[in-house]
Amino acid sequence: MSIYMYIAVMALTTYLIRLLPMTIFRKPIRSRFLKSFLHYVPYACLSAMTFPGILTSTGNVISGASALIVAVILAYFGRSLITVALSSSCAVLITQWLLALAGIG
Amino acid sequence: MNRKEYSLGLRRGLPVGMGYFSVSFGFGALAASQGIRALDAALISVTNLTSAGQFAGLTLILASAGLWEMVLTQLVINSRYALMSLALSQRMGEKIGLLPRFFVAFINTDEIFALAMSRQEPLTTPYLLGLGALPIVGWTGGTLLGALAGSVLPTNIRTALGVMLYGMFIAIVVPPAKQERPVLIAALLALLCSSLFAWVPGLNRVSPGISIVVCTVAAASVCAMLFPVEEDT
Repeated sequence: MSIYMYIAVMALTTYLIRLLPMTIFRKPIRSRFLKSFLHYVPYACLSAMTFPGILTSTGNVISGASALIVAVILAYFGRSLITVALSSSCAVLITQWLLALAGIG
Repeated sequence: MNRKEYSLGLRRGLPVGMGYFSVSFGFGALAASQGIRALDAALISVTNLTSAGQFAGLTLILASAGLWEMVLTQLVINSRYALMSLALSQRMGEKIGLLPRFFVAFINTDEIFALAMSRQEPLTTPYLLGLGALPIVGWTGGTLLGALAGSVLPTNIRTALGVMLYGMFIAIVVPPAKQERPVLIAALLALLCSSLFAWVPGLNRVSPGISIVVCTVAAASVCAMLFPVEEDT
């Protein structure tokens, strides 16, 4: 099958998921529960995606954990998105280098 | 078109665009290493604008999977966007008409959504479009460059680039969690839930897409019951 068929199907599905709730539900929601629920959705969702995924993403739990710790500390002290992301990358590089040096990696 | 709002959006979107550039570099490199042409990889990025969905989609393309499998996988992995679009739709209010929503829906990624929701001032169409512009350029450009040049990078650099996506997520969640205890609790509950899905035998057979949706709904529901937000927000 043509790769363009796959890309079209994939893009259309993703777009409809994003489009339909935004065009159909335009009236303000009255329910206080639903409003509160939607307030917490992004934080819950990003957390669930990050942990424990980050631990296994590098193929080594120790370097994955180092990325997590560095990112949480820098984000806690209000560093920017790009600083946090790049620093967690550097943490992985340094940890894997140290592990290799110690003969564990 | 309000230029001031548009340029404010552009500026807010710049760090996301830069982050996307590096993350999508990894996607491009991966796609190219599996024999996908660079322009095709870039086409996937510019039409989908999503990380997890694209990685899963790439796997299915390489496996010559059925189209219905592609639809189902994207539905499950990306169903969180339905919740985000619903939340953003509420935040945009009734003033923003139908047509702009066709564009805003397209750029509603995890990070753009989080930035849009965290804005104190009311959302406007030019601001939202500005917010999305550089991330699209970064995501597509990074993919293209990664596909063209990624194969020359050593494996350890590519592995390290792979955690950037998680770094960005953490940078978005931690600051509000530090200020609002309920947000912290929502994040911790979701994290606990996803750990159960990852590590408890039986539960760990559930696909990641489904477990993310279940954990998001569970954590947000518990916090909505325990800590309802103020009526005027």
